[in-house]
Amino acid sequence: MGSLELAGAALGADAAAGPSLADRLYRLATFQDYNTWAPLATTAVLGATAGVVGVFLVLRGRALVGDVVGHAALPGIGLAFLLLELAAPGTGRSTPALLAGALLTGLAGAGCTLLIDRYSRAKADAALAIVLSLFYGGGIVLLSIAQRLETGSQAGLKDYLSGKSASLVASDAVLSVVLGAVVIGATLLLFKEWTLLCFDDAFAAAQGYPVVGLDALLIGLSAVVAVLGMQSVGLVLVVALLIIPPAAARFWTDDVHVMAAGAGLIGALSGALGVAVSSLAPRIATGPTIVLFAAAMFGVSLLLGHRRGLLWRRRATHRSWDVPVEQRP
Amino acid sequence: MTDPSPASSVNGPRSHARGSPWPPLATGPASAASAVLSHPEHAPTAPLSIHDLTVAYHRKPVVWDVEYEAPAGKLIAIVGPNGAGKSTLLKACLGLVPVVSGQAWFFGRPFREVRGRVAYVPQRTSVDWDFPVSALDVVTMGLYRQIGWFRPVTRKYREQAREALARVGLADFAARQISQLSGGQQQRVFLARALVQKADLYLMDEPFAGVDAATEQAILSLLRSLRDTGRTAVVVHHDLETVRDYFDEVLLLNVRLVASGPVSQVFTATNLRQTYGGKLAILDQVGERMAEGV
Repeated sequence: MGSLELAGAALGADAAAGPSLADRLYRLATFQDYNTWAPLATTAVLGATAGVVGVFLVLRGRALVGDVVGHAALPGIGLAFLLLELAAPGTGRSTPALLAGALLTGLAGAGCTLLIDRYSRAKADAALAIVLSLFYGGGIVLLSIAQRLETGSQAGLKDYLSGKSASLVASDAVLSVVLGAVVIGATLLLFKEWTLLCFDDAFAAAQGYPVVGLDALLIGLSAVVAVLGMQSVGLVLVVALLIIPPAAARFWTDDVHVMAAGAGLIGALSGALGVAVSSLAPRIATGPTIVLFAAAMFGVSLLLGHRRGLLWRRRATHRSWDVPVEQRP
Repeated sequence: MTDPSPASSVNGPRSHARGSPWPPLATGPASAASAVLSHPEHAPTAPLSIHDLTVAYHRKPVVWDVEYEAPAGKLIAIVGPNGAGKSTLLKACLGLVPVVSGQAWFFGRPFREVRGRVAYVPQRTSVDWDFPVSALDVVTMGLYRQIGWFRPVTRKYREQAREALARVGLADFAARQISQLSGGQQQRVFLARALVQKADLYLMDEPFAGVDAATEQAILSLLRSLRDTGRTAVVVHHDLETVRDYFDEVLLLNVRLVASGPVSQVFTATNLRQTYGGKLAILDQVGERMAEGV
């Protein structure tokens, strides 16, 4: 038994039933396997997009809004499914309709959070918790109603909870490339405006920038990413792709442009690695694997990142004492 | 000057009577100025005139019925105790917080029509200095409006920002990440961001707070050079000791406007006691010094 097969057995891969691990590795590396490259491309693009737009979510202090959008997307899936089934039984599982429903309620959830925060005495974190649990609870109820329908097409709705990248096909890859290009394009166009918004919103407002509009656009595009990510990572974990890569990239740079590029790279790598592993070892769920890879990269960055990594901090402290007293931070 | 009674102002926001129309301790010259500014058309060039401005947070008034006209080409201090509404007054003028009533005019027009002539310097502590940008990046932000939506920052604008950094003595710190700057240097970066806007009116929120002596002098000489070229600065200030040396005009604020006008006339021990409620020991020292004519 080769060491690769040993590793395969350790991962729980069904070596006897399918081709050997070495064989699958080879096919993966040479892009021979259609069933692998569609999920791989979709998820890598998703990771890159989420990382880039997530930079501004993190810098704006809105990290958890991504979480709300993800959880609030669930009732949209349930509603879209039930409405379609009512209109024409058997048609419920139409991906575009489900994603549109998810986007709508995801945005509604984010909107509710901001409204509660702004117009009530409840604090932002309380508003997040309230909206997140309300929408998610509502979504679970709707899904359990859907389960009782006897059309059979409700099967797989639960895949949106924790993602199932193996089911991604070429059309999903195309969709994610198109939407990813739109979101990244918008981010690049608005790069300096969003940077200003995140750094100093009062100054931005005094300059005449529509702060509320810029904020809404940031949250809206994050919601698009979150909804796209449901298929591969699942809506419960999609926030990880929006937040972890930017947080990791921050350890490597003091320049927001580099941070965005780094976050995109880390996001794409995490997505690709997660899909690769779960295609080699199909029993391992994809979404959580992607998150684990992202988290591992965050851990490495936390320790080694040369701007603010823990290992470098001591030296940075020393360096600051070389600065004349009046210039010290 | 033709109509000394603000109660008869044309679209009078004062028509909904609430108590005395006048700030309690307004001195002669300021009162006369206030009367004029009830009619903005009488003083179209005043860099800033504030009319009947009232701001409330959660129904509690923080700025009450403030009436003031800033003369052009002066350095003007807003002075008052904590919670007196000094920052809020600036923000309300700029439309950053909702007002209950009243309005502010800049050069005789609403703010949105003359944004380019007004530069705002927020409190240094209002932003996260760990943000991943350099000193030069922050200064460039003052040019974003000029650069326009969607367009990248070109070398031309970076050069302008570099010049502004040089004017505040930070030419060598352009590439420094902003968390690597001292508090005073950060404040000067904020000033440079206002300078690149080449505005005629500068609204500054506590620029002297927590800065080192070198920065204090740098800011002061900058303010003076602005004034010498006809610019106006309205500065929220906390240090009573330096008001006389640094400023031409003062606005004493404690939710209400206590007094406003030239420092020599308005910055008196009586007015200060009125503003601070007579609690601060420093007031007596300042009062004594002024009595001695120091």
